[in-house]
Formats: sequence, C-alpha cells, structure tokens
Amino acid sequence: MGRFKESLWGMLLVMVAFCGLSGALLAWVHVLTTEPIGQAAVKQRIDAVADILPAFDNNPVDEGVSVDLDGEPRPLHVYPALRDGEFVGAAVESYSSEGFSGDIVVMYGFDVSGNITGYRVVSHAETPGLGAKMEQWFRMPEGRRSVIGRNPVADNLTVAKDGGDVDGITAATITSRAFLDALHRAHECFKAYCETYNNQGV
Amino acid sequence: MKFLNIIYNGLVKENPVFVLLLGMCPTLGTTGSAMTGMSMGVATMCVLICSNMAVSGIKSVVPPSVRIPVYIVVIATFVSALQMLLAAYLPALNATLGIFIPLIVVNCILLGRAEAYASRHGVMESCCDGLGIGLGFTAGLTLLGAVRELLGTGRVFGAEVYPEEFGSLAFVLAPGAFIALGLLIGLFNAIKSR
Amino acid sequence: MLAYISIIVTAIFVNNIVFAQFLGICPFMGVSKKLSSAVGMGAAVAFVMAFATCATWLLQRYLLDPFGLGYMQTILFILVIASLVQMLEMVLKKTLPSLYQALGVFLPLITTNCAVLGVAIMVVQKDFNLLMSLTYAVATAAGFALALVIFAGIREQLELSDVPRPMRGVAIALICAGILAMAFMGFSGIKIG
Repeated sequence: MGRFKESLWGMLLVMVAFCGLSGALLAWVHVLTTEPIGQAAVKQRIDAVADILPAFDNNPVDEGVSVDLDGEPRPLHVYPALRDGEFVGAAVESYSSEGFSGDIVVMYGFDVSGNITGYRVVSHAETPGLGAKMEQWFRMPEGRRSVIGRNPVADNLTVAKDGGDVDGITAATITSRAFLDALHRAHECFKAYCETYNNQGV
Repeated sequence: MKFLNIIYNGLVKENPVFVLLLGMCPTLGTTGSAMTGMSMGVATMCVLICSNMAVSGIKSVVPPSVRIPVYIVVIATFVSALQMLLAAYLPALNATLGIFIPLIVVNCILLGRAEAYASRHGVMESCCDGLGIGLGFTAGLTLLGAVRELLGTGRVFGAEVYPEEFGSLAFVLAPGAFIALGLLIGLFNAIKSR
Repeated sequence: MLAYISIIVTAIFVNNIVFAQFLGICPFMGVSKKLSSAVGMGAAVAFVMAFATCATWLLQRYLLDPFGLGYMQTILFILVIASLVQMLEMVLKKTLPSLYQALGVFLPLITTNCAVLGVAIMVVQKDFNLLMSLTYAVATAAGFALALVIFAGIREQLELSDVPRPMRGVAIALICAGILAMAFMGFSGIKIG
C-alpha cells in the first residue's frame, strides 16, 4: 500500500479522487444555493423600488421593461408601480460615467407628474467619505441638498457651482455632477416610458 | 486545558496579523470599518477550521509529493462553498467583501496552517488550532478596522464617539490602512519588549 | 485604441494593484528589501500574470461559461496558476537557463501571490475581451513592479536611518508604504477617453 501510494498512478488517483470529490461537493452546494441567490437578487430590487416609490400593489420588478433612449449606448430598466390598476409612478435604474472613478448606478423614483420621490445608489466606486456621501447627501434637509420632491423639468437641477439649484457634496463636485447626470438620464427615460406605454404620467 | 492552550497560542502568541504578519492583503483591504474587518475575519475563520479538520482527516491517504495541490483543492472547495452560501444568504456582505472572498484561497495563513499544523495533528487539535488562529485573525482585523473607523469617521461599529468633522479621512482611504497597521505593529512590539 | 491606453494608465497609476487595491502585499513586503531582487520579482510576476490571465480567460470563455460551471472558477483558476508556475519553471530551466537564473527563485512564491488570482478573476468580472485582458494583466504587473522598485529604493535608504526600536522593520516600512499610497492617490480621478 505504501509503495502504491508513492507511485505515479497512486498520486494521480489521489489527485483525481480529490478533484472529483470537491467537484461533487461544489455541484451540490451550487444546486442548493441557485434558488436563494436568484431570490436574493430579486428581493434587493423589490426592496429598492419599494423604498423609493409611493405605495403600490403590483410587482414592479416582474413588470419591468427596458427602454432605449436616442444616443444612449445601453437601455435603462423601468419598473412601473400600480395601485388598484392605476399608474402611480415608476422607478428607473440609471447610470453615469461622469463619476470620479468608474460608473455610478442609481435607481430613481418618479411619481406620475415626474417629481422625484426617492433614490437609491445601487453601485459605485467613489471615494469613501467624499463621493460616497451621495448615498445620504441628496435627501438631507439642509440647504438645497435634497432633490426629493423636486422636478427635473420645473427646477434647475444642476450643481450650484454650475449655476443650478442643488448644493453639491462638499469636496466632491464631480460625483455630484455625475449623480445629477444620472438623474436627468433617468427622467428622460421616464418621459419616454410614459409616452411609449401610454400611461397617464407626464 | 490542552485545547484552551492551543487556542490561546493562536490568539496571542502566534497572532497572524501582528506577530506572524500573514494574510496582509485582506488585513489592509477589508478593514475600512470594524464591521467589515470582523466579517472578513469570521469568513476566513470558517474556512480555516473546515480546511484544518479536512486536511488532518485525510493526512494518511495523501502521498507527500502531491500534498500541496491536494491542500489547495481542499481549501478552494471550502472557499467556493462559502462564496455561494454568502451570495445566497448574505448578499450585502458578499458585495462589500467582493474579490477578497475568492482570494481567501491564496491567504498564506490557510496553506501555512494546513502544512505546519493540521498535517501533523489530530482532527480535534487541528479544529482548535483553526479556531485559535482564526480568532486571532478576526481580532486583528476587527481592531485595525475599529482604529481606522475611529480615526477616520469618529465612530466604532457605527456608534459615534466624536463628531465626524474631527476625523481624518485619510485613515478610511488606502494610505491609512498601511499607516494604521504600521503603528499597531509598532505598538505590539513595544508592549512585547516590556 | 483609446480604450487600451485607458486600461494601461488606470492599471499602473490610478488603480495601482498594491496601493489602491491591496493585492500582492505579501511579496511587496517580503521581496522589497533589495532593489535587484525587486526588479527580478517584478519581471517574474509580469511573466506569470500574462500567461495565467490568458489561460484562465480562455478556460472561462470556452469551458466554464458554456457548461454553466461558474462555481468552479476559484478552484480551477488556482490549479491552473499553480501548474502554470510549475511548468514555466521547468521550461525556463531547460530552454532559457540565463532567465531561469534571474527569475527562478521568485517563481514558487508567485502561486500564493493573490494579485495573479485577483487579476484573473477581475478580467472576468470586468467582461474584457482577450486582448484587453492581456493588456490589463501586463499593465497591472507593470504597476506592481513600479511599486516594488520604488519601495525597495526607499527601504534601502531606511536601513541606514535611526528608527525607534519598536518601529524597526515591518512597522516603519508599512508607514512608508502609506505615504507612497498617498502619493499614488494623486492619480485618482484621472480619466482617458
């Protein structure tokens, strides 16, 4: 036995056996976790949509659609919210490549008349402690920070430094511009959605 | 008593972060706050305990010349399983730790303990060794995370100690990781030489 | 073309693998005591990283993706890297003994260099094509070598200075690395294209 263990075939057998064993184990865990992983992703979406939209009773994620905008390289996802069959608003997952490092992805909520009802930062790679503050900054009541309740058409939603009506994040103007860039892209998409799908909005 | 000794050894005398200086990448990369540091420590500890026990259990059937590849396969199996379980049940944590989860595979602590300890000791002892070293790693990461979070944002585990404005942002950013770890190691050396 | 320049500049300066992403710290601290060995290690890492990234990219595209075996990624990649390093060592010994003389001692250390596995996984996550992946790997290795060489220069000077006893060795080296990381932060936010 000891001799065989040290022979080439012995070593090969051991390696193959362990690789097979580990493959089988991982396949089992994979089968076990496939469903929860999918559910976790859906749940994250639903939580985000529920957080930023007025109350609804449909499943916005299941009824979500992709909307292509002119001059945009990729479509944006729109999640409509209905209550008693009535259109009450939609969440739009938008992005901006103008950030400090890499793309930022933000989900914005709009009510029927296009007012912003909320937002949630989905992913970003901005500097912690500076740009990363956007997760709270644009809903803070101080000064003109908050964008909640404002309307991208009626209000001049650009950074104060550029002559607009929004106080940008201190020491993170680039991130603030990117955030508002994504916001306007989301609003364009919301308008296009309302026109195409013949809803009562904007 | 013997088992307690093994655990104490890993926690203090052979602390992987401050004494052995192993696993520096996750130590620096995931300690932006006390919470993420602790999560990374616990994740590594889980894999370490499992891999230590497995390596100790199979030591008699593995020919010495292929033992390293076999250990790598064993460690990688547990890491992949952990990765899938985290994605399924703790997706937020999985997103925070990101690439550092699959990179547990190349954490020198795991292969080092498998080779230096688990391949020579029984299953129970290896389990205790994994627990001790894992706790030492977790303690180190939590301490470093807490120091960085405190100096950077004035908070520990998210609870405010002093107003954020007095913090130095550098400690949350990349340079602070190196500097805080350097200072803590210096402190450990000073205490030890007393 | 611009995309490739952007990848190169980002990988070397803006997102330096050591100072911004905290990968490959073990060899960074371990092999940076002398300038000559730092150069050797940097070259060896570049060599392995380029080969390993191509191999793992091809495996991901033509084996893991079509068969839905994504969960085997970690285990397959680390085995590929480990055997690649072994093979490279043997081939170099036979065909290019002079290069083997220069890089040989560093090769076994590279298997546990998390930067190699890290880059292999990152190019899959970033959805790069093969040429982009190769560019990214070589540029990342160049960034690693740059960090290593600068740091080795500093540490050679550090040997001569009078440092308080508890801070000697790794402790003061880490603080120097922190200051270097601050310098590299000056590159953050730079964008091309």
